[in-house]
Amino acid sequence: MAIYINKSTRVLVQGITGRQGSFHTAQMLAYGTRLVGGTSPGKSGQVVEGLPVYDTVFEAMEAEPAEASILFIPAPFARDAAYEAIDAGIKLLVVITEGIPLHDALDIMDYAHREGTVVVGPNTFGLVSSGQCKIGIMPNRFYVPGPVGVVSRSGTLSYEIVGNLSDAGLGTTTVVGMGGDRVVGLGFIDVLKEFEKDPATEVVVLVGEIGGSAEEEASRFIAAHMSKPVVAYIAGKSAPPGKRMGHAGAIIEGGRGTFASKIEALHEAKVRVAELPFEVPSLVREALGNS
Amino acid sequence: MKLYEYLGKQLFARYGIAIPKGQMVETPGEAAEAAAEYGEAVVKSQVLTGKRGKAGGIAFVSSPDQARQEAARLLAMEIQGLPVEKLLVEEKISIDQELYLAITVDGASRSPILLVSLDGGMEVEEVPAERMLRWPVNVNLGLQPYAIREICRRLGIGGGLQKQMLELVPRLYRLFRELDAELVEINPLALCGSGLIAADAKVTIDEDALYRHKELPRITEKTALELRAEELGLAFVELGGEIAVMANGAGITMATLDMVQHYGGTPANFLDMGGGADLERTANALELLLATNPRAILINIFGGITRCDVVAEAFAQVKESRGVDLPVSFRLVGTNEEEGRAVLERMGISAFHSTEEAVRHAVEISLP
Repeated sequence: MAIYINKSTRVLVQGITGRQGSFHTAQMLAYGTRLVGGTSPGKSGQVVEGLPVYDTVFEAMEAEPAEASILFIPAPFARDAAYEAIDAGIKLLVVITEGIPLHDALDIMDYAHREGTVVVGPNTFGLVSSGQCKIGIMPNRFYVPGPVGVVSRSGTLSYEIVGNLSDAGLGTTTVVGMGGDRVVGLGFIDVLKEFEKDPATEVVVLVGEIGGSAEEEASRFIAAHMSKPVVAYIAGKSAPPGKRMGHAGAIIEGGRGTFASKIEALHEAKVRVAELPFEVPSLVREALGNS
Repeated sequence: MKLYEYLGKQLFARYGIAIPKGQMVETPGEAAEAAAEYGEAVVKSQVLTGKRGKAGGIAFVSSPDQARQEAARLLAMEIQGLPVEKLLVEEKISIDQELYLAITVDGASRSPILLVSLDGGMEVEEVPAERMLRWPVNVNLGLQPYAIREICRRLGIGGGLQKQMLELVPRLYRLFRELDAELVEINPLALCGSGLIAADAKVTIDEDALYRHKELPRITEKTALELRAEELGLAFVELGGEIAVMANGAGITMATLDMVQHYGGTPANFLDMGGGADLERTANALELLLATNPRAILINIFGGITRCDVVAEAFAQVKESRGVDLPVSFRLVGTNEEEGRAVLERMGISAFHSTEEAVRHAVEISLP
């Protein structure tokens, strides 16, 4: 079992002919993802990595319907591409694009909500159900099946942590990247709910960072609703206030979004908190009760 | 991108929100001239930080001479490290009541949120949560009159003031949406007789949306090095410590800085070189690191799209061309790791496998 996606999920690649789009199409195919085609306006009839290219999402869906789509579309055009996917009936939309205007993200979330489409990102590395389906840009080799569910705001940091886990013989059910922007679709609580229901997930790792209040809200949810153990790591302990640490959302403003407030909330929710990223595997083992 | 008060007020005026009469000046002479027009006036330093009042950055004057003196004093000031280069001279308004009004984006509800309080004029952090009304706005619906009537009802705002709010709040919302603002804040929103006047203006524009707002001025709070990084498309923040740090990915860069601090070192900067950087981009990033004048360099590469050999080659190039003999601690794993390690070995550097080892070593070599 896994959450959101599995080996039968059919996936479309929007922006498949670009440098990033074609590179990651090859990677996703190598992982075993069931890709059914891609889009690139004006390039219908071309073939990328053996997959048919269409002008529009509607055209692609007529040829073979897909449940999910991944967006490699430049920021100024991403809102239009997201609207197109949602309108054409895509139910899971993964937005890799970085630097999408905040108000465009608000518009995307509103339309997706009305149409019942789940949005992952923007500015995410995507999600992967280990051994089944990868819709994202993470390196293939770390995502081996196992009992750990992972949800993260940050890409490379989650690669590092999942890499540490797999080195320690701990595989994953599903790994979800929420995205580093201020407004993102799936949040910690949405993903925690799914992990709680998923029979294959025995422990959840939450990778957060400074800025916003998502970790605090997640802590309250964990305390009230999670029976499965949760291990957390939060990045940004040393970050000064008022400075944007790479991610648009990673900023301490007006005394809110601090490291201390997140750690306190997690401790109150009885979450095991790793002080350093490489401590995560041992805390996961402890939580699994075989340390 | 934060805008100075006077620029924010210009935008307010464009959207039909009343502001006090005033003008931006840059010399004591200009301040005196402006004040002569208003009689009783206020001289406000224009800096991109709150708490100007507490820092003595705002002066009330009643003559051109006094305006000249106060302007000279303010222009010599620094507020929270920021030099005062511009002043806003305004007519003094007589205020009957002060409100707080802001619109920002709420990540939790994934929507704009309207913030209204009767406790205007104080620092927003000091307003108790229960006295701040929060109203998420559905972007599809927009801000409808019923919402403003309901907000007014909850706050006990009636009569003429409610009418004023019904006019003003939609204008501010329109500005917020049309100009891609992250924040618009009026504190205080002043009730003067029968009219509402924006006595202050805080406007922050989304930098990712600036490409579609050519009409807006460009304001920066960045240091010269941070500006150079922006030109290069690199995420960079100066932190003032001893160890220059470069990694690929925002989260792992933050975590690396945290570990530097954990093991007793001080980071000189945050530098996320991003994914898939080529030789030139990596070399540019390394030049930025050197410009922080560090005692040691720490490079943490977890290669996915980023190729380890490219990073190592770039380092070799910069080391040679700049004659760098600073101690360096490298962590190198992932795509083309062996090729990358071979390049470093030729320079006598053996890269670590784990972040932990690399950070510990960097802290050791950074100590005097």
